[in-house]
Amino acid sequence: MRPFNTLVKSAILAGALALGLTAPAKAEGKLTVYTYESFTAEWGPGPKVKEAFEKQCGCTVEFVAVTDGVALLNRLKLEGPSTKADVVLGLDTNLTYEASETGLFAPHGIDTSAISIPGGYQDDTFVPFDYGYFAVIYDTEKLKNPPGSLKELVEGDPKQKIVIEDPRTSTPGLGLLLWVKSVYGDKAGEAWDKLKDRVLTVTPGWSEAYGLFTKGEAPLVLSYTTSPAYHIVAEKTDRYKAAPFEEGHYLQVEVAGQTANGAKNPLSAQFLTFMTSPAFQDAIPENNWMFPAAKTSTALNPAFETLVKPAKTLILSPEEVSKNRKAWIDEWLSAMSL
Amino acid sequence: MTADRSLKPLAGASALALLAILAGGALLSLAIEAMGGRTEGFATFDSYLWRIARFTLVQALLSMLLSVALAVPLARALHAHPAFPGRAMILRLFALPLALPALVAVLGITSIYGRNGLLAATFRALGLDAIPDIYGLTGILIAHVFFNLPLATRLILSGLDSIPEDYWKLASQLGMNGWARFRLIEWPVIGRNLSGIAGLIFMLCITSFTIVLTLGGGPRATTLEVAIYQALHFDFDIARAVSLTLLQLCLTIAVLAVLGLSGRPAEEGFSLHTATRRFDRPPLGAKLLDGGLILFGLVFVGLPIAGTVVSGLAADLLRLLSERPVWQAILTSLILGASAAALSLIISLALVMAREYLANERRDAPPTLFERALDLGASLIMVVPPIVIGAGWFILSRHFVDPFSLAPIMVVSVNAAMAIPFAFRILRPSWDTAASRHNRLCAQLGIAGWNRLRLIDWPALARPLGVAFAFAMALSLGDLGTIALFGNNSIQTLPFLLLQRMGSYRTEDAAGLALILGFLCLLLMIIADRGASRLARTESGNNG
Repeated sequence: MRPFNTLVKSAILAGALALGLTAPAKAEGKLTVYTYESFTAEWGPGPKVKEAFEKQCGCTVEFVAVTDGVALLNRLKLEGPSTKADVVLGLDTNLTYEASETGLFAPHGIDTSAISIPGGYQDDTFVPFDYGYFAVIYDTEKLKNPPGSLKELVEGDPKQKIVIEDPRTSTPGLGLLLWVKSVYGDKAGEAWDKLKDRVLTVTPGWSEAYGLFTKGEAPLVLSYTTSPAYHIVAEKTDRYKAAPFEEGHYLQVEVAGQTANGAKNPLSAQFLTFMTSPAFQDAIPENNWMFPAAKTSTALNPAFETLVKPAKTLILSPEEVSKNRKAWIDEWLSAMSL
Repeated sequence: MTADRSLKPLAGASALALLAILAGGALLSLAIEAMGGRTEGFATFDSYLWRIARFTLVQALLSMLLSVALAVPLARALHAHPAFPGRAMILRLFALPLALPALVAVLGITSIYGRNGLLAATFRALGLDAIPDIYGLTGILIAHVFFNLPLATRLILSGLDSIPEDYWKLASQLGMNGWARFRLIEWPVIGRNLSGIAGLIFMLCITSFTIVLTLGGGPRATTLEVAIYQALHFDFDIARAVSLTLLQLCLTIAVLAVLGLSGRPAEEGFSLHTATRRFDRPPLGAKLLDGGLILFGLVFVGLPIAGTVVSGLAADLLRLLSERPVWQAILTSLILGASAAALSLIISLALVMAREYLANERRDAPPTLFERALDLGASLIMVVPPIVIGAGWFILSRHFVDPFSLAPIMVVSVNAAMAIPFAFRILRPSWDTAASRHNRLCAQLGIAGWNRLRLIDWPALARPLGVAFAFAMALSLGDLGTIALFGNNSIQTLPFLLLQRMGSYRTEDAAGLALILGFLCLLLMIIADRGASRLARTESGNNG
């Protein structure tokens, strides 16, 4: 009906938050941060981060939120060099190559030794703030023998359905595409051809897929290893679990960077440094439901200890992803459309 | 001719121009932006595009045919039984799907027909080893009929309501049977409006996105709208997005042109309108059949809504209603929705008046291009994806103003534009009928301008205006707006809040918000019905 309902979520902030934001600037400095909207939601990390940084810098932080990481980069491309953004927070590694190519970003120039990402992360422009692994989540009440590897998922019982997201329209969808690619390589097309029978449906975004899954439409769904943590902490249930895969799990790293304009504002670099400190990182685990990219002030909630720890971390380089994305999506399309 | 009447074509032209600027401006600005950029354009206009274009058309045509084929008998049945128990409530219920965000409707439909739904549970209880599988064309069609059957029924019914009561009196005196009544009385009215209604449903289905992907079972089910979104959002290939939008427009115009041939306008007689009362006494068989039809419609539309209500009741509604963001969102939605509905009504009325005026002036000559444009042109706005309009105006406005500050204006105007095709179809039959009854009389008596509007047109229009306002507002209430690119910190609507919660594991909250949204919409329909009939009564009372 209204076709873009779920995807083109209007890029607007939480009403309560907005009230706080439109309050008159209390100090001389102002920092404009572009980010995605679940970051600034009232339960997201945004409000806590804003409060902590404003206390530290004696300045005002203004968040501008768009739908997701992809929309963030589009927004920046549309605005060009005249963008108001000082800091852009929420791109993932699949987007950083394209983001650098725009020439709109400036090197961060900060000390990133506090950052610790599985497999390491080095970049002159972007600083990671959290990470997560893609995972197949299963319903323990419906499925007693979850797949133990991507191979088992692909070759398993086609009656045990999985809901996945579309790589043409969503980040997790692209994540699964890259996961399969990094495990199967040239044979990815054949793998998709087999997996196809097990796929109940391909949704435009994460919300639809997870909604169908929790409605009981399928016992498997593509999500993150951290998803069970939400159910444990907020709903006190361990019904939903992530299936550990032998081949390893694909990594998603979320990063932030300062724009060329923002580099002129000293608050930008200060914010990026703050981002690597516990004051920022504390807000990540139970607000963004991702793993912190640096030390937090206290140990993580025990629920995080129960999560799957991937045997191996899989990730393709941003450049490789950017250059092959279209060809790989075409491969996916032709395998899935037969 | 008096001055006010000759202003009508101008008003219609301005309304049309406004819509053309809204869509054309966006497309033009994107086209300019795209020049010199890297693009695939139609380079990959290969089997993939051909396949999705074909799928887009096929699913839209099938959805349209099914919806209309079911809606005609259903509307007839509802019209034949003005005293059917709960009829008014059924009609209000029929306005609800319009206000439901696609994702909510999809979950409501799966709660009935899904692998874990009511139907599956019934199979299990009966000891059957069958699991319903709707993922594929079946699911898409069920969802589209769920959305469009009630819409088509209400639109056809509003056409039937414009049939003068004398016709029924006469039919009953002449002892016409059901078939004769259908052929001689109902069909001329249904047929005249049917191509427009079918066209509207076709356009709604051609732009389907979430439903097609989520229930379609895989990328075989992909619409052009998905490709446009992909081009603009994921690939940032503006030129391709513009070309695909134009392709979608051309295909739609082509199909509408073919459809337009079927709707032969019939001349309408002159009669003084009173309240519609049916004088025919349908035989028992027909009564049972009609009752069965109404029951089927009620169950088909009602069940997924009931599924949504059940999930909604599981939410912590008291907590939700104690949250400030929820109340702010309700308020924001109501304000934006009401503004969009008002704007949409003004534009629709201008189009309806101008079209009738031109049709009346030309008498037996074939309709001019301008008259046709007034009829169909306004609807074409629906097949220009909101994301395209949003992006185009963002690019255009960023040089002059802060695009953020434009957000409310954009939301209101795009929502208003999207609601025009609905409002237009609700208003047109009543206006045309009223005009054909009153034009000559008013000319003879020299009633024109304000007096005519107050004394003659208003009593006939109050009710359809109320219904059109409620429909337009319901549509806007359920819409997420176009402002993906107009990030703004101060607007947050109810569906936005709903999807935000849905997107962060808070499924129960989302279900609760869907319930609140549905309740608001129902309330709106009740107020519109009651208010409009009261207004109409007072006015005609004054006249008499």
